[in-house]
Amino acid sequence: MSYLDYSVKSVPAGLRKILYVNWPLIVLLSTVACIGFLMLYSVAGGSAEPWMDAQMKRYGAGLALMLIVAMIPIWFWRNIAAVAYLISLALLVAVELFGTIGMGAQRWIDLGFIRLQPSEIMKITLVMALAAYYDWLPLHKTSRPLWVMFPVLIVLVPVYLVLVQPDLGTSILLITVGGAMMFLAGVHWAYFAAVIAAGIGLVTTVFQSRGTEWQLLADYQFRRIDTFLDPSQDPLGAGYHITQSKIALGSGGWTGRGFMQGTQSRLNFLPEKHTDFIFTTLAEEFGFIGGVSLLGLYALVIMFCISMAMTNRDRFSSLLTLGMAATFFLFFAVNMSMVMGLAPVVGVPLPLVSYGGSAMLILMLGFGMVQSAHVHKPR
Amino acid sequence: MKRASQDSVRSQKRITRRGLMLGAGQAGFMGLLAWRMRHLQVDQADQFRLLADENRIKIRLIPPARGQIFDRNGLVVAENVPSYRIILEREEAGDVEDTLARLGQLIELDPEELERAREEMRRSRIHPVTIADRVSWAELSRVAVNAPALPGVRPEVGLSRRYPMEQEYAHVLGYVGAVSEKDLEKIDAPDQLLLIPRFQIGKIGLEARREDILRGKAGTKRVEQNAAGRVMRELDRREGQPGKDIQITTDSHLQSYIHARLKGESAATVVLDCDSGDILATVSTPGFDSNLFVRGISVADYKALLENKYRPLPNKAVQGVYPPGSTFKMVTALAALEGGQARAEDTVHCPGHLEVSGRKFHCWKRGGHGNMNLGSALRESCDVYFYEMAMRTGIERISDMAHKLGMGVEHDLPMTSVAAGLIPTKEWKRKARGAEWVIGDSVNASIGQGFVLTSPLQLAVMTARLATGRAVAPRLIKSIDAIEEPTGHGEDLGLNQNNLRNIRRAMYDVSNNKRGTAYRSRVVAEGMEMAAKTGTSQVRNITAAERAQGVRSNDDLPWDRRDHALIVTYAPAVAPKVAVAVVVEHGGGGSSVAGPIARDVTLQALYKGDPPLTAYPAADREHIRLQQERLREARPDHGQPASDRA
Repeated sequence: MSYLDYSVKSVPAGLRKILYVNWPLIVLLSTVACIGFLMLYSVAGGSAEPWMDAQMKRYGAGLALMLIVAMIPIWFWRNIAAVAYLISLALLVAVELFGTIGMGAQRWIDLGFIRLQPSEIMKITLVMALAAYYDWLPLHKTSRPLWVMFPVLIVLVPVYLVLVQPDLGTSILLITVGGAMMFLAGVHWAYFAAVIAAGIGLVTTVFQSRGTEWQLLADYQFRRIDTFLDPSQDPLGAGYHITQSKIALGSGGWTGRGFMQGTQSRLNFLPEKHTDFIFTTLAEEFGFIGGVSLLGLYALVIMFCISMAMTNRDRFSSLLTLGMAATFFLFFAVNMSMVMGLAPVVGVPLPLVSYGGSAMLILMLGFGMVQSAHVHKPR
Repeated sequence: MKRASQDSVRSQKRITRRGLMLGAGQAGFMGLLAWRMRHLQVDQADQFRLLADENRIKIRLIPPARGQIFDRNGLVVAENVPSYRIILEREEAGDVEDTLARLGQLIELDPEELERAREEMRRSRIHPVTIADRVSWAELSRVAVNAPALPGVRPEVGLSRRYPMEQEYAHVLGYVGAVSEKDLEKIDAPDQLLLIPRFQIGKIGLEARREDILRGKAGTKRVEQNAAGRVMRELDRREGQPGKDIQITTDSHLQSYIHARLKGESAATVVLDCDSGDILATVSTPGFDSNLFVRGISVADYKALLENKYRPLPNKAVQGVYPPGSTFKMVTALAALEGGQARAEDTVHCPGHLEVSGRKFHCWKRGGHGNMNLGSALRESCDVYFYEMAMRTGIERISDMAHKLGMGVEHDLPMTSVAAGLIPTKEWKRKARGAEWVIGDSVNASIGQGFVLTSPLQLAVMTARLATGRAVAPRLIKSIDAIEEPTGHGEDLGLNQNNLRNIRRAMYDVSNNKRGTAYRSRVVAEGMEMAAKTGTSQVRNITAAERAQGVRSNDDLPWDRRDHALIVTYAPAVAPKVAVAVVVEHGGGGSSVAGPIARDVTLQALYKGDPPLTAYPAADREHIRLQQERLREARPDHGQPASDRA
């Protein structure tokens, strides 16, 4: 069912929309954000400066953004999906051509008031574009090769642009979200089986290419993979992050060392303790119980999204909601796998907890659309 | 565009089904994450906790404060003073070279030190390095004021040794210095402390000999370090034990006086307390500033010390050995008296020489002394009388007596290279020289020439023993941590009192009889009269050709071929309190050069300060007054003792 099918009159309008916002989800997200504030306070050595204050302001802004987006009818978002996608694609090309390069891994356009990372925006617009595409595509064409090739292109073009930046983490995230969207839309199993087989082939090829002229990944990317596979190889160099992160996690035990008692983070043994590795501080200070609790809260967010998606009456809303949930899931799954030594260090933040404005705003924008879909369904 | 509702329903169903499948997949992955978390945090918690502690907890040594050294009046002679260093924490410094450049504008940086610091930084990126050592308070303040512009630079305070009387005690106390690789090689199981870079240990002298009690025991503290190696807080500490304080027997006022009095000479003086054996002063000149060695002496300074022909480095008072010359004659005389080979009143005719197995042994007085008995022979230092005594007595009895009086033995003193000297015997000559003893050797030994070698300390001990009849033993350490050490009072030597009285009377005459060799250096104060014996020891043989040419005057010879001037004294003659030995290397005559020094020193020791001019003969008073004034200005004012430790 498309939004065109249902009577606009049966959809809440005006200020009444506020009542239909999924408030429990907001409480849930705020709880997660508060855990983030607490951890930022702790890693700053018991100080609101320099991170907690700034993060709270950002969350406030994000919350406002989410509510504004939620008030805007979902069909508006569906209509601009293609344009939004193309604009973000253009921005990706722009950073490739003019973007500021700094620290080896920052790819943004400085607009003066905010530093825009087009790859972050792409995480949202890709979901929107694919949801809109499958909303538009007649169902029986879903698994036809030609109509499968098109969304594959929609995914691979930005993936390529992000990969050459180079940002392996975001590329993987985009490709996985794209795959998830196609899976949700009902593309035939066989395609996925083929892609997985091809993927295995590709990985093999990539590794085979190492050291040759046509090497497919940068040296630092290979090294990261190496240290992921065997962190003890280089305990003071590249493996340092993973080793110290595992020590921090492990030393937490069942209940942790107590708030602000985590020696690994307080004594700077942890790298990036306020951004990508903030989960290790949480796990060190609050132990297994704390870590699993956060995981539980994340799981609840996913469950809320799935349940909202089931009650959505149109395809775009459902796909968008599930797509956003998948994005959210990938954020924390990749981040946690990384700090626990299950995945290489790829630079993906812990959603709503890690310090950083870009990711926070993007996620809140995404949840704003999920809320919009929820508010604007016929009652 | 309207769609078939059938289509819509199918679509919704499919999305729901796939959504749930994806949800299940996500749940599965979250389960994996939780399982992994449990594995790390529960199953391996102990192991990781240990690793975390290893990361952060470091054990650091707390160097103990070195024991201080005080003189007998409680005046500090070796102390610990704060020493300031400038440390750079690389973690905070940012651009190291930039910081160093800015620091270089504030204080003078030693290029050598800087190079070493850069080297340290290359080797270890996380430990703080010393940029400048021993900076002055003014420099430190300048750095502290500019701290905001110097990230990572911080001052640090430690303790360093200082010798307030720079020169006077250099030979007694020695000095400390940074422990070297060589030092470490010599020690089997080095104290952990020695592994601290630049830890100071005693290198020579008392500082080295009593390193065991001066050093103290290290404490430990467990500190928490951050990843950059910076200490964040102290977890706990176990205090060490500071080194023990040592009080030595010397009197700094006397020590300084002698040091000033001997200035310009290569000389040594030892003053003993006759009752306790306390070394009231032991001076070797020229001295050197021992503080130079604490800091690490520069090559140029060290070279200057080595090349100085007056040899400032060795402690001539205990290390230097000299032929005792005529100061040895009491030994020969006493050996003869005790052995019964002569009586005090026996006379020997001195024609100016004695022929022994075809060789002529000269008396210093060419024309001869005529008939001499013990008293006149000692007083006038007639050589021939003692040649005769030696032939009668034999070298064995003489060397036994020398040993009894403290010569030819190494006195147990906490100083470096305390010399045993040499008192020859027949046995010794056979072993060392591979030759038989000949009577000429005995004749030479009888007047302290030939093989005989003694240190100024031994001469002072001999004098104290003659003055008291007891085996007075020299003592340098008075107390350790205020616990008194045994004195060197000594047992009775078992010598015949009559014989001793004869020797003492003769020594009294040496400085109080008009014909005595030290009459010019007499003391006229009632009850303070001095007993003495002068000596002039040859460092070369006078050749027949020289004798013929009449090159006899010392002044005509190069410095290093002139005779040594010696004198031993004790005073007051009636109730001996102090015994003094003075050796002036290549000084010339004992009576003319060493005598006045010994008198000044003896009187200083007796009066514990400048003696009244009336103690001197009237003719000397004006000259002594000027000398006293000059020396008062030359020596440092020690002021009052820092603490009353006596």
